[in-house]
Formats: sequence, structure tokens, C-alpha cells
Amino acid sequence: MSETSIKPRIEKVPISEQFFQKLPLLLVPLLAVAGLVAIGNPASWLTLTVAGLAMGMMIFIMASGLTVVFGLMDVINFGHGAFVAVGAFVGFTVLAWLAGWTASPSVMMNLVAVLIAILAAMLVTGLLGYAFERVIVMPVYGEHLKQILVTMGGLIVAQQMIYVVWGPDELHISRPEALQGSWVLGEAAIEKYRLVAVGIGVALFLAMRHILKNTKIGLLVRAGVENGEMVESLGYRIRRLFLIVFMTGSALAGLGGVMWGLYQETITAHMGSEIMVLVFIVVIIGGLGSVEGCFIGAMLVGLLANYTAFLAPKVALISTIALMVVILMWRPQGLYPVVKAK
Amino acid sequence: MLTRLLSGDTPRSGLLTALLLIVLISLAFAPFLFPGTKSLETAARICIFIVLVASYDLLLGYAGIVSFAHTMFFGIGAYGTALALSSTGPSYTSLIWGTAAGALVAALFALAIGLFSLRVKAIFFAMVTLAVASAFAVFISQMSWLTGGEDGLNYKIPRELTPAFKLVKEKVFGVWINGKLLAYYLVFFGSAILFLVMLRIVNSPFGRTLKAVRDNAFRAEAIGYRVVWYRTTATVLSAVMAALAGSLLAIWLRYTGPATTLSMEIMIDILLMVVIGGMGTLYGAVLGATLFILAQTYLQNLMGVAADATSAVPFLSTLVAPERWLLWLGVLFILSVYFFPSGIVGRLRAGRA
Repeated sequence: MSETSIKPRIEKVPISEQFFQKLPLLLVPLLAVAGLVAIGNPASWLTLTVAGLAMGMMIFIMASGLTVVFGLMDVINFGHGAFVAVGAFVGFTVLAWLAGWTASPSVMMNLVAVLIAILAAMLVTGLLGYAFERVIVMPVYGEHLKQILVTMGGLIVAQQMIYVVWGPDELHISRPEALQGSWVLGEAAIEKYRLVAVGIGVALFLAMRHILKNTKIGLLVRAGVENGEMVESLGYRIRRLFLIVFMTGSALAGLGGVMWGLYQETITAHMGSEIMVLVFIVVIIGGLGSVEGCFIGAMLVGLLANYTAFLAPKVALISTIALMVVILMWRPQGLYPVVKAK
Repeated sequence: MLTRLLSGDTPRSGLLTALLLIVLISLAFAPFLFPGTKSLETAARICIFIVLVASYDLLLGYAGIVSFAHTMFFGIGAYGTALALSSTGPSYTSLIWGTAAGALVAALFALAIGLFSLRVKAIFFAMVTLAVASAFAVFISQMSWLTGGEDGLNYKIPRELTPAFKLVKEKVFGVWINGKLLAYYLVFFGSAILFLVMLRIVNSPFGRTLKAVRDNAFRAEAIGYRVVWYRTTATVLSAVMAALAGSLLAIWLRYTGPATTLSMEIMIDILLMVVIGGMGTLYGAVLGATLFILAQTYLQNLMGVAADATSAVPFLSTLVAPERWLLWLGVLFILSVYFFPSGIVGRLRAGRA
């Protein structure tokens, strides 16, 4: 009996292949070192690196929702930028109402005001995501051409609605007292808000990884990415899962919008479409549908944009395109392609 | 003869034929039928956009490729002509050289983009082209020593095409026969020829293969067609056509800048025109562009009236304010993707059967 039993055999992935898979992790430190060499001055390098990481984190927050939605639902929402803008506008309106709290020197009051603004923005964009999924995306599952066209139409309508509700002018608001100014570390000045942005971004990344890897809903999402029909036939309502993920993605866009708005201190109705270019680059670099790839891509783009803005301001945006081209030459599907062949 | 000119692709619907004839006659006799500078500007704009939208339809409707870089090619053509005219003076030689150079550069760019990214999915390609196009727009506005940056380029065109040149001393039917009129007819006939060429392309065996690739790339590949080759060629052809449309615009406006050629708004306008007119039917480009530009120019006045009428209702009046016309077009766009995926032309043709 025992002679015929077949022992389970787990093949070890060869070291070289493991190394190749982990290789993208090295890109961020490599880029940081290259930046240090190019810039020369450690103090300004530190300032730029923190700025780049902060920018990268904010882009990651906006891109993560988009990329998970794509991974699970095979839908790219070209209207994602509208959620960013709507989130920023809602957040700014709430902060303007709470002007007394944001101006007060109490750090607690400031942070509570920002928290309320963020929650309001996420709530509104989450609900907007619900409406968007039901009205605009649902009839066109599986048809990429129509998805692109329809979500583009949704973007136009949403942008115009922002004009209707908030008027055509750009809004300005200053950050709450506690988030203004910077800490000085040796010769490097580091803006407080940037550190906060890095903190929120890293926390979100860890939370997303935890949810996706260790919870049942994460298990279902991952299984849905792998094989939606199978999950459905096991009795789970994948459409509802779609909706939850879409709403979460939209709410994250809203969060990103508030944070980006506070970073720039100015918002316009088409800020979403402007930032979407960077978001798309990050999503492509990371490999459509991959959260880890998205995180690395966002850091790369943020760092590179800030280094080049310092070294050669004229090529800042083009440098990120060049980065995309180089990465796609190396890995045509992005850094961490999701398993389902895209 | 006529069928031959239209490459056998007749409108195939009575109402559609009538509409197309109205557009054709209005454009052909625009200077005489609708005197005035504004209407002539509108007519020339319609001609140029018909070519531009048709060239985009070649890509979107016939090859099923969603690209957001079409304004980039439009801009390359316009800047080619503009740079040649502003650097070497207003001669026909520089005009022709500039136009040819613009078309060539557009073709090379399209080839590079096509070879680089057409192997991937539609969504991927759309995102890559969006990124490349916005980088190009930034690049043009940064190269201010060459392109004039955000201010763009003002230049002279050959004297025979300017209002200062009088062909006939007297007015004919109340219209000065001057260089402006010649320029208009250059735009009109240029557009007509380019449109007929595109009609020829889509009704050739090449065009039919494109449709096969669009409908089922896997099967087309299995039969033995090289899908990537067909897609890349379609991209290049459409880019060259867009660049030539850009040259016509540069000649007509005597000004080229990022706002008139490269902006994302124009890209979105083109998308709306193709879908509302009807994807995969070049005639859709004619109706889409005409309707859209007329709406852009004249609908706003109408909406102004509506806004005045509803000024007592606070929210509604901002919804129908003249500046919000794009909102309604966006709604129309979404509805037409759902309910009339083949646009006005497809609808009219289906109505006949």
C-alpha cells in the first residue's frame, strides 16, 4: 500500500527565479541612491526624497483602488479622476465649515477636523462609486471599448456637475495649523504634511495587504481575480463583491483627492484628470491589478518626479514616461503582473 | 462615377443621403450662403474636424483601437506647417515641406507607439497613449524657444491666401472674392479629398481585414492575418490623416498653439463626435463633427435663453447655463453608447431595413 502512495512534492523555485521575482523591490533604493549621487547635497536629497515619497504615497492611494477594481472586475474606470476631484471638493467644503477648528492651535482639534473632512469625502465618493457602478459600469461588463467610452462620458458629466455645484472657480484653503510648517533635521527641512502623507500611505498599504492576504473578504477578492466563475459557482455573490470593491476604490480616490488638495492647497474641477496621468503610469508600471506593484510604481514615480524637478525641471513629466517605457521594455506586463493573463 | 468616387460605400439610407447632401452643399457654398466671418470660421472648422474625426474613426470604429494620442498627431501636423512657415517665410515651398515633414513625423511616432504597445489589450493601449499624449503636450509647451510655448506661433501664409489679396475687384453675390475665400476652398477641397481617400481605404480589402481583426482578433490571426501589422498600419494611416488635418488648421488659422491643437478637451471632443455620429461609418464623422461644432457655436446661445427662462429656479438655471452645454453632451454620449452604439448613421441605416 504504502509503496504506491505518491508523496506530495513541492518544487522549490530556483534561487535565480526567486531573485528575479524580488528584483523590483531593489528599484526604489537604487533610484534613491542614484538620486543622492546626482544631487550631491545630502540635505536637499533628504528633502526631495521625503517629498517624493509623500507624492508617491498620495498617488498610491488614488491608484490602489483603480488597480484592485481592474484586477477583480476587469474594468478600468477612466472616470476615476472625477472621484478624486469630487473628494477634494467635499473635503474642502467640510474644512471650510470647520474653519474655527482648523485655525485653532490645538493639534487635536485640527486632526479631528481633517478626519471629519476625509470621512465626509470618502462617504460621498463611496456613494458616488455606488451610483457609477450601477448606472454606468454595470451594463458594459466584459466590453473594454464601451467601458472606456462610457466611463469617459461619466468623467465629463461628473466634472461638469462639479462646476454646477461648486462654481467654475478654483478653491483655495490653507492646511490646518498643526500640518503647516516643517521640521528641520540638520540642514534638511521636512514639511510636516509630507510625513503625515507618507504615514497614511504606508498604513493604507499595510492594511490593504493584511485585508487581501488574511481576511475572508480578501480571500474572495483574490479568488475572484483568479477565477470569478468558480467563486460564483461556490455560492458567493460576486456582483456584490464587485460593488463593495468598486465603492472602496472610489472612497480611496476621494481620500487621495482630499490629501492631494491639502498638499497643493488649491483644487480645480479638472485636477482629477491631471493627476490621472500619473495614476495611470503607476498602474501600468505596477502591472494592472497588483497592489504591491502599484506601491512600488508609485514610489518610483514620486521619487523620480521630484529628483528631476530639482535637477532638470523641464523634463519632469517626460521622465516618468521614460520610466514607464523602460519598465515595460524590461517587463512588458508591469512589475508584478496579476496571474490572470491580461 | 459617383459610386466610384465614394468607393462603393453609398450612404444606404434616404434620410442619411439627404442630411449628407445638406452638409455638403452648405459647406461647398458656405461663403455665399452664410456671409460673415463667424459662419465662415465655423464652416472651415467643420471641414477640418470632419477629416480629423474620420481619421479617428478609422482607428476606433474600423480597427477597434482606443487611442488618446490623436490630438498629438493633429498637433504634429499643425506644428510642422507652422514651424516651416514661421522659420522660412510664407512661401508655398515651405508650406508643402512643412506639411510633408509633419505627416512623416506623425507616421514615425505612430509606428513607434504601434510597435511598442499594440500587442497589448485595449485598456492598456488607451492608458499608454493618454500618458504619452500628455507628456507630448507638456514637452511642446516647455520647448518655448521653438514652439512659442503656451502662446503658440503666429506666422504669415502665402499672400494669395490672405484677405489682402483681391482676385476680382467687385463683389460677387455680395461676397469679396479674396484670398480668404481661396483659403476656405483650399480647406474645403483638401478636406474633401482626404475624406474620399479614407473612404477608399476603409472599403479596400485592407479595410475589410481591419474589421475582421476588430471583431475577432484571435480568429483573424488564426486565418493567417498578421494582426499587429494591420493594427500598426491603421494607426500610421490615421496619424498621417490627422497630421494633414492639422496642417489645414494651421493654414486656416495662421496660428498654432497647444490650446487649438493638443489639449485634452479637443481629444474628448473628437471622441464625442465619433461616437455620437456613429463608429465604423465614416459618414458618422461628417454628421458628428457638423452637429457638435454647430452645438458648440450656437447651442450655447439657445441654452442662454433657457437659463434666463429658468433663472427663478436656483439649481436648474445653473444646470442649463450656457457654459454647461458639455454636461448635456456627456449625458447624450453615455446614452448613445448604450442605446445607439452605431450612432446616428447606424440608426438611420437600420431604420431603412
